[in-house]
Amino acid sequence: MTLSLLFEQLLNGLQLGTMLFLMASGLTLVFGVMGLINLAHGSFYMTGAFVTAWVTGTTGNFWVGLLAGTLAAAAVGALVEFAVIRRLYHRDHLDQVLATFALILIFSEGTRWLYGSSPLWLNVPDSLAGSVTLPFGVEYPLYRLAIIGMGILIAIGLYLLISRTRLGMRIRAGENDREMIGALGVDISTLYTLVFALGAGLAGLAGATIGALQSVQVGMGEPVLILAFVVIVIGGIGSIKGALVGALLVGVVDTLGRVLLPDVFKLFMEASAASGVGAAIASMLIYILMAIILIFKPNGLFAVKH
Amino acid sequence: MTQSHSFTQTSPARPARFRLDREGWISLSLLLILAVGASVAYLAGENFFVNLASRMVIIALAGVGLNLALGFGGMVSFGHAAYFGLGGYVAGIGAFHAFDMTPALGIPFLPNGSDQMIPLWLTAIALCGLLAYGIGRLSLGTSGVYFIMITLAFAQMIYYFAISWPTYGGEDGLPIYIRNQLWGLNTNNSLVFFFLCFGLLLAALSFCHRLLGSRFGAALTMARLNPVRLATSGVEPRPIKLVAFVISGMITGLAGALFADLNGFVGTSMLDWHRSGEIMVIVILGGVGRLYGPVAGAMLFVAMEFWLGGLTEYWQFFLGLVLLAVVLFARGGVFGLLAGRSRHE
Repeated sequence: MTLSLLFEQLLNGLQLGTMLFLMASGLTLVFGVMGLINLAHGSFYMTGAFVTAWVTGTTGNFWVGLLAGTLAAAAVGALVEFAVIRRLYHRDHLDQVLATFALILIFSEGTRWLYGSSPLWLNVPDSLAGSVTLPFGVEYPLYRLAIIGMGILIAIGLYLLISRTRLGMRIRAGENDREMIGALGVDISTLYTLVFALGAGLAGLAGATIGALQSVQVGMGEPVLILAFVVIVIGGIGSIKGALVGALLVGVVDTLGRVLLPDVFKLFMEASAASGVGAAIASMLIYILMAIILIFKPNGLFAVKH
Repeated sequence: MTQSHSFTQTSPARPARFRLDREGWISLSLLLILAVGASVAYLAGENFFVNLASRMVIIALAGVGLNLALGFGGMVSFGHAAYFGLGGYVAGIGAFHAFDMTPALGIPFLPNGSDQMIPLWLTAIALCGLLAYGIGRLSLGTSGVYFIMITLAFAQMIYYFAISWPTYGGEDGLPIYIRNQLWGLNTNNSLVFFFLCFGLLLAALSFCHRLLGSRFGAALTMARLNPVRLATSGVEPRPIKLVAFVISGMITGLAGALFADLNGFVGTSMLDWHRSGEIMVIVILGGVGRLYGPVAGAMLFVAMEFWLGGLTEYWQFFLGLVLLAVVLFARGGVFGLLAGRSRHE
């Protein structure tokens, strides 16, 4: 295990973390403001990736595709909020889970119907195709570095949006007291639609950017969705700061665990058994992390008081 | 036979009356349809439909398990696939080592694997109870959305563990070459296997019926409705819920063991979070908090799977639409439609 490999894996962890942040921030916003648990969030991730792959394939321009994918995910989010989700705000969590689970089935099978079962391909844009040399002699793909940069920009942007703008003020007010801001004349249902579309758009953006690294296929949003759940449980549901810290923690722990654990087990086991056990434990590592954090902080690291 | 309505009454010790209300009649008819349907299909030589009925019964059993936690205990567990899958893997791994004549899990001082259903069932129930105890201990400190997400995450942990553990097939799963045995019975006969499952379903239903009618059941109902009030009357709600959660996991685990034997195969699809969702859907389709709700839900679900699956490859799309309609417009499920208002409304 060299220092350069460790550094490279750390960057990979950060890249996974920023992508998880894009997913988790939307989930946690929707929960914080509307009190809704949304399983279909992964479907917006998938929508973003599919539309990006499709538009990029048609126009030949990745950036047009990325914009179209993000906007399409936001638009689908707004539509779903209008048609289904707003009927669920006053229901209990069980109803929300089931209705959004139904939405997953509809989205996944609907996409399979439209695009078929074979994955679509989306290439990294030419302008970001190369790699750069970083400290410790690491050759790192420019595209992944760009994802990390984009994640940081979006985190700053979200912070500014929520702390400095009128919309952000309303979002914070909505988190504190829904009835009161409604009584003060804020159009609460439009606010809800906007917040939901914002979350969906962020998920779509995450799906679109990751689609260029992995294949674009039905069900691609689900593993990410569950990781995002772990993130917001660790960070504290409803807290954007928690989502950021949780996402980076999960991203780095998961990535490094997969690289380091097999080596750790090789110290006292034979090589073949060590790689098997190491891989098995590594895949469970973030859930173990979640369990440990929950023992000490049952409401997550940055618990939001309602 | 009194029905689940009686559990919500203030006097759970009311003597049983052998007079059926509407819900009771529906429950009885469902069981009769299953038993008679499977027998007729067997006599007609249609083994496929006998196995379809077995599938309904096994999935209903898994739902009965979840319903205890979800419907009666108010614990929305989104991770019951963990117990379903673990039960399945116990049956699969037992048969695997019995076939190879090697000790269980390859650990020398453990007894050899077994292809006998009774020890496999008991092992499945015990291990699922342990797993549910661990997960329940950690998760019951939280509530609401946290509980949903944490149970989901722990089930996912088991799922990834099964995928990356190569000995028992990993992602490819593990075939069960010869269906496990039970004394002198010919378990390979589809009708014999059906009635085995059916008997276990009846046993689980009557166990839950008795449990819910007991002092424990009254405490569990109160832990759902008003935990503070339960605590002030001197009963700690959390251990009550934990016990219910453990029993719930055990019943679902038993269903998993049967499911693996029915299919002759156990794979990670039994641990998939879609499976957790499916078991939950079955409980909701039938009607939450109705003892026989999961039976109705499972029959409807498997029938839809068969019928829609025959019509279109994309049957889950329509399943999603049906489910959405049920959640938005028919909250009581089948029992709510047929037997009147659900007590949840």
